[in-house]
Amino acid sequence: MSVGLRRVVLWSGVVTLCLWVLVPIYLIALGAFGGRAGVFRWPKSLLPWDATLASMQTFLAVEGVGRAAVNGALVAALTMLLSLALGAPAGYALARYAFRGANLFRLLVILTRAFPLAILALPLTVTFIRVGLYDTPLGVALVHTALALPFAALVSASLFMGIPRELEEAAWVFGCSRLQAFRKVVLPLALPGLAAAAIFAFVISWNEVFAASVLTVRNKTLTAYLLTVLAESPLHYRFAGGFLLILPSIVFIFAVRKYLFAMWGVSNK
Amino acid sequence: MERSRALPYLLIAPATIFLIALFVIPLVQTVVLAFVDDGAWSLTNFRKMVGDLNFGLSLRNTFLLVLVVVPLQVACALLMGVMLQKLDKGRDLVLWIWTIPLGVSDLAAGLVWLAIFQDRGYLNTLLAAFGVIDGPTNWLSYESPGSMFLAVALAEIWRATAIVLVILVAGLQLIPKEYGEAAEIFGASPWTRFRKITLPLLKPSIQSALILRTVLAFEVFAVVYALSGRNFPVLVGEAYAWQHVNQNNGVAAAYAILVMAISLAATLAYIRALRVNPETQP
Amino acid sequence: MAGIRIDGVEKKFGQATALARIDLDIPDGEFLALLGPSGCGKTTLLRIIAGLETATAGQVFIGDRNVTELQPRQRGIAMVFQNYAVFPHMTVFENVAFGLRMRGAEDAEVKAQVARAAELLHITPYLDRYPAKLSGGQRQRVAVARALAVRPSVLLMDEPLSNLDALLRLEMRTELKAVLAQSGATTIYVTHDQTEAMGLADRIAVMHKGVIEQIDRPQALYERPATRFVGGFLGSPPMNFLDLPVRAGVVELDGFRAAAPGTDRIIAGVRAEDVEIADSGLPFDVRVAEPLGAMLLLSGAVAGQTMRVAARPDMLISAGQRLYLRPDPARIVWIDPATERAVRAAA
Ligand SMILES: Nc1ncnc2c1ncn2[C@@H]1O[C@H](COP(=O)(O)OP(=O)(O)OP(=O)(O)O)[C@@H](O)[C@H]1O
Ligand SMILES: [Mg+2]
Repeated sequence: MSVGLRRVVLWSGVVTLCLWVLVPIYLIALGAFGGRAGVFRWPKSLLPWDATLASMQTFLAVEGVGRAAVNGALVAALTMLLSLALGAPAGYALARYAFRGANLFRLLVILTRAFPLAILALPLTVTFIRVGLYDTPLGVALVHTALALPFAALVSASLFMGIPRELEEAAWVFGCSRLQAFRKVVLPLALPGLAAAAIFAFVISWNEVFAASVLTVRNKTLTAYLLTVLAESPLHYRFAGGFLLILPSIVFIFAVRKYLFAMWGVSNK
Repeated sequence: MERSRALPYLLIAPATIFLIALFVIPLVQTVVLAFVDDGAWSLTNFRKMVGDLNFGLSLRNTFLLVLVVVPLQVACALLMGVMLQKLDKGRDLVLWIWTIPLGVSDLAAGLVWLAIFQDRGYLNTLLAAFGVIDGPTNWLSYESPGSMFLAVALAEIWRATAIVLVILVAGLQLIPKEYGEAAEIFGASPWTRFRKITLPLLKPSIQSALILRTVLAFEVFAVVYALSGRNFPVLVGEAYAWQHVNQNNGVAAAYAILVMAISLAATLAYIRALRVNPETQP
Repeated sequence: MAGIRIDGVEKKFGQATALARIDLDIPDGEFLALLGPSGCGKTTLLRIIAGLETATAGQVFIGDRNVTELQPRQRGIAMVFQNYAVFPHMTVFENVAFGLRMRGAEDAEVKAQVARAAELLHITPYLDRYPAKLSGGQRQRVAVARALAVRPSVLLMDEPLSNLDALLRLEMRTELKAVLAQSGATTIYVTHDQTEAMGLADRIAVMHKGVIEQIDRPQALYERPATRFVGGFLGSPPMNFLDLPVRAGVVELDGFRAAAPGTDRIIAGVRAEDVEIADSGLPFDVRVAEPLGAMLLLSGAVAGQTMRVAARPDMLISAGQRLYLRPDPARIVWIDPATERAVRAAA
């Protein structure tokens, strides 16, 4: 094959795959903004003839949607904070110290990743009812933290490993305590990566549906809310909800794209 | 110096306690919930589970999905990864677009494909334009399990190939260019280079991608639910139904145990089958 | 005020011994150079003094204080790291100012000291830049400036000039010496460069496999190495070692004769420049002649053993020629072949 032909083949493959990702999103956007009329139009048009902001507004005004969206964001924010607060120190310990039990801890963390974790929400309903966490954002956030914590710990471990130990030692020599050295030297260098890990925890929580539906009745996250009302909602509401769920993820993935590869425990070093 | 010996333990203590409270204990509780009936050890819950009409169907459907979807995803992600390596410009943009589904929930993905597969959806519009069908046709009822399976599989492939892609691209970046170049100098064709160099060196990444993806695929639930309700039963969907509709924690827990056992078995199988000899890695 | 005393310090990494019982006493204000081959434990010793590494045994004193158990920041030291450890997220100015700020210095004081240190190391033009935009040598100078800026009473430097070109290194060396002499800091200076060590140091400690082989003034070290290793390590070309038989307190070889200690065999350590080329004496077959500018370096064999000789650069000598050598008996270092340590010549 000539070089030119090879490029054509390559690029048409790349473009096809891009369309494969983007077109379905475009189509649900059409559904979301098309309202009743759009859903029942036959045959369908690929151009946004029916699109109006009005249909999205009616969906947002439906009882419970606003509250669920707020709840979802609250749960995701709590998850983000908790998983980072618990995971980053553990990651630091894994990166900087060789200690007895480090491998055991690593195994525990990896094991949680290999289990269908959301299913553990079942017995937790009983416990949560007993301690008053059932049907609260904090309760859902706790389960989501169990999902996000392994990522937070492993990602921050690889981040901290990437920061030369000598930088920290130099700070000690020049008068910093351990905490000061961490704050002045390690943290600023790790911050972008930690932010990416935090955003990722947010996405994990925002998208999780099983535990969130099992553990709540009235205080549902947006994802869980949509799951419950799915059966009895008209199609254009479902599409509006689906589009609303996708929107943040596009932004999030854009924000963390530089750190994507550290996320899965296979860092590019 | 005494303090610094305790420091790592202080640092992992919160995470450890948390994981014990929200992972280890619920795990044990799930086992207890599944194996206890009326205060005594018994297999009643499992008998109920197996005796249910949907059990066989959901087991078959779940396995079928995993068997079809996961290999396709790995093949697809490999192709995409190799394509990315060949790109000289626009690589970042393409990578971003290809990884967008990473942030899409399975529920949202189900809804996206519902927009395509519904009676008056885009698929039917296309088919009608080519004269394959006359008017709106229902593809997602229990009378058409074939097309329903196709819709679910497509939605899963669309949503979750990105995870595999990210893991494989990270692995591909680790392979030094020199290996391929050396092979090229000795006359290896691109296909041979891919088979003899890239693939073996990528084995650890493929292994972790397969494990992660398979575990998640056995949890498939919301995609299916969004597309077809309970018309296409899957294991976790049944657990959800027993918990919510039938209000029976015991049988739900039995399903959970089953899913866990299958996931664990699959993980071990992958680790055995794709055993990586550390000495053959750079 | 702030001498350094090291008492039986030992360091093991698992089974491997990096330092084997080091004793060292450095008086206040001394400039000590630490010289030794790669991997002999220089960095490890420095890190133990700084408190970055815990010794397996032994104690470290700075001034009158036993600092063995203290954190690095409590030891009142400054250090230049072998790989610089310049903070990438701070400008050069902030890097140099770091130690001063940690000591709570006033802004005016910080500015003045940073300016002084930057001037000294010729990095004033880069003060606003981030380290990523600097060359290796520039980054290294930032690390040195950061250490000098705090006017430390104890200064530990791990190959601080290793990445500079020859000219700049010579210039920095001179200025460092002046500054440190004036400030009176007790300095330990690790280097691979013997000329640097000889030129800068009050005393040099030569390390080998985790042991300090000898510690002395530069000239004394050069003239009277205590071990075969020191003789061979110091000086360029290295000292020649001839393994010779001893009979009745005398070594005798062809046209050469000298009184020597030992009973059976002895090693004669002879510097290349302590040999005179004459009409008679030890026969020497020239194999290679290298004109090095300041001298003509001849390599060849004496009695089947390799020998290097420094001749005057204007001598016309070429490979294959036979010469006769007359080593200066007074300057020969006699070494016991069993212990490889120097022995006193019999009076
Ligand atoms: N953290 C460590 N773990 C295990 N061994 C180590 C460690 N640090 C140093 N060593 C070993 O201790 C010995 C001394 O190392 P050190 O860094 O002190 O050498 P050095 O004299 O500074 O060498 P160079 O001139 O190359 O910098 C070496 O054999 C090295 O391999
Ligand atoms: Mg060193």
